[in-house]
Amino acid sequence: MEFRIPVGTWIDSFFDWLEDTFSWFFEGLREIFIQLFDAVAWVFATPPELVVVVVVALGALLARGWRFAVGSVLGLLFIIGVDQWDNAIDSLALVLVAAFLAVALSVPLGIWAARNDTVSKVVKPVMDFLQTLPAFVYLIPALALFRVGVAPGVIATIVFAMAPGVRLTELGIRGVDKEVVEAGQAFGAHPRRILRQIQIPLAMPSIMAGINQIIMLSLSMVVIAGFVGAGGLGGDVVQAVSALNGRLGWEAGLSVVVLAILLDRFTASFGKGMGLYSTWRKRRLARHEAAEQARFDAEETSAPTATSAPQLGV
Amino acid sequence: MNDDTIALRADGLYKVFGRHADEAVIALHRGTPREDLPSGTTAAVIDASFEVRRGEIFVVMGLSGSGKSTLIRMLNGLHEATAGTVEVGGESITDIPAKRLREIRRKRISMVFQHFALLPHRTVIDNVAYGLEIQGVEREERVAKARQVTEIVGLKGWEEKHPAELSGGMQQRVGLARALAADTDVLLMDEAFSALDPLIRREMQDQLLELQAELGKTIIFITHDLNEAMYIGDRIAVMRDGRIVQIGSPEDILTNPANDYVEQFVQDVDRTKVLTAESVMRKPRAVVHVGAGPRAALTLMRDEQLAGAYVVNKDRSIVGWVRDRDVFDLVRRGVKDLSSVIQSDHGAVAKDTALADLFIPSLEAALPLGVLDERDRLVGVIPRVTLLAALGGEPEAAVQAAPRPDPMPTAEVDQVLEAAVGAGATETKEAI
Repeated sequence: MEFRIPVGTWIDSFFDWLEDTFSWFFEGLREIFIQLFDAVAWVFATPPELVVVVVVALGALLARGWRFAVGSVLGLLFIIGVDQWDNAIDSLALVLVAAFLAVALSVPLGIWAARNDTVSKVVKPVMDFLQTLPAFVYLIPALALFRVGVAPGVIATIVFAMAPGVRLTELGIRGVDKEVVEAGQAFGAHPRRILRQIQIPLAMPSIMAGINQIIMLSLSMVVIAGFVGAGGLGGDVVQAVSALNGRLGWEAGLSVVVLAILLDRFTASFGKGMGLYSTWRKRRLARHEAAEQARFDAEETSAPTATSAPQLGV
Repeated sequence: MNDDTIALRADGLYKVFGRHADEAVIALHRGTPREDLPSGTTAAVIDASFEVRRGEIFVVMGLSGSGKSTLIRMLNGLHEATAGTVEVGGESITDIPAKRLREIRRKRISMVFQHFALLPHRTVIDNVAYGLEIQGVEREERVAKARQVTEIVGLKGWEEKHPAELSGGMQQRVGLARALAADTDVLLMDEAFSALDPLIRREMQDQLLELQAELGKTIIFITHDLNEAMYIGDRIAVMRDGRIVQIGSPEDILTNPANDYVEQFVQDVDRTKVLTAESVMRKPRAVVHVGAGPRAALTLMRDEQLAGAYVVNKDRSIVGWVRDRDVFDLVRRGVKDLSSVIQSDHGAVAKDTALADLFIPSLEAALPLGVLDERDRLVGVIPRVTLLAALGGEPEAAVQAAPRPDPMPTAEVDQVLEAAVGAGATETKEAI
């Protein structure tokens, strides 16, 4: 007698049941995904291409500096040059929507896991599972639940990309100096306040690394999403593979690379103190602090406080 | 129970980590040593009871692993006690809702941390104002108050810097200022100066004592450094393996160690800084009343075989001292009043003077060093031998000290020498 575990059948029938029972829910979700996608795509597709290039270059200048600005202009001109602009915008919209939703889910989940050991114990293996399961496998139930189009692409991308966001958020918050958190507690701060004023700000570098990872993984899902009719650069890559069209494959593929570099550098620069914006901010903050200090010093000399200050060599 | 003089009371505190904590407490209560607990169960604090008086610096001293950090964290509920109670200002903080506990932490008890635990993304002034911010004080008001405290700890001019721009000592001043600004009665200090280098540490200790004298806070201070404990503590609790083995004043602990462990521990302490004149002084043997005549004084000195004596008023407050020769003269001349020969440079010291500060006065005094209480009454004397014996750790040894032989009277010696020269012993002269 043959030994056989019909696990595939079980899972498949589970999704069939899900589809039958909650079709209204998935229909609604599909609508939301499509609307979001259309809105983001509209923002980038409506203005003339060169206007978008200039705006992106300005953003690059603010976020990271002039070298990145030049690089992003060259990259975007390349995409226009190989006639992949519309596809690139579709892909970008898909990445942004999926990454936004993935961040919105994974950061709170990571925070919850950091504050609750039981949650952490459950979340960890689930995340491992989702991340190691071959990405194509998500597509089958996603297709069944959301039908062909952008929606299954978005949902598969979210599921695939969430794991590092959750993990890095949890790690970041757990890694915050225990004494500093204790200081918050010792002075009687509410746990929510400690989270807001101490844990999240101090875990920010780690959380930002998680968001960066989410975006990069989302982009790597874009091509796979082409298989379910999500269109964009992925669509062209899939088409090129099936038609053995090397020229189209390279052009679409290189456009994905350009998009990836742009997104990675943008998100990696957040909170790192690079670019014009943070220079301005730093300068303004320093000016503000200097002004405050001057005000304190001035007030002190004109009206000395009653407290006697022991003279100490500081 | 609402004794006004008690700021904080801990009663039968236990902290057991791991499984079966409650059973472990029962076992420990019955006297099971903590090594015999099942593996995976760790008793950090065992049956700790003490009271801290208002305005006192209470030091908990122990080596790492003795449970002192766990103990201090139970006093403000950062660690929940497995058994026992803690009262702050007469109100129990064990088994109360989280909300009430947060209120007590805001109003009654604040904390200074070993590694400062400042918020790195905030300026000094905002760090100092943090406790007030949580108390819900308006920004204007809390900045004003934080600025005062910042100035008190000597950080004026650094208000708008970030912690990373400050040295360790300055960062801990911010930590101290943050706790002071919260204006709570009780201040917990967890190894607050241990991360600082020795010079800065001493400076901070002095500053803490100054602030304490000025503000009268109740301070519970954790340290592994016995010298620090002895220096700043009004009372010290010595912890070992989770248990408090002795509670007492620094002098108590030094002079009456409760067991071998404490005794070994205090061996390395610089006694001269801890022991005071009061703890080593002897009963004054010869004291002359100012009204007594020269004859009485001389008789007393002869009986006690002394070359001088202290002179005091009726209420034992010191007047000065007299030399036997001067009194001898008076008696010969038939003068009835001592006052003409009383010398006022008695050089006596206050009874809380540290031993270290007694050496020079002791050298300068003609008689055994006098010790005065707060009303200038002569309460004791410290002969030089006693001072030496105290340094050796056995003040009692002075009693058995062999008397130093007095030199023979010069006149007699001269007589004998002259006689020898007369006998023609010239070789002696050459030898000299």
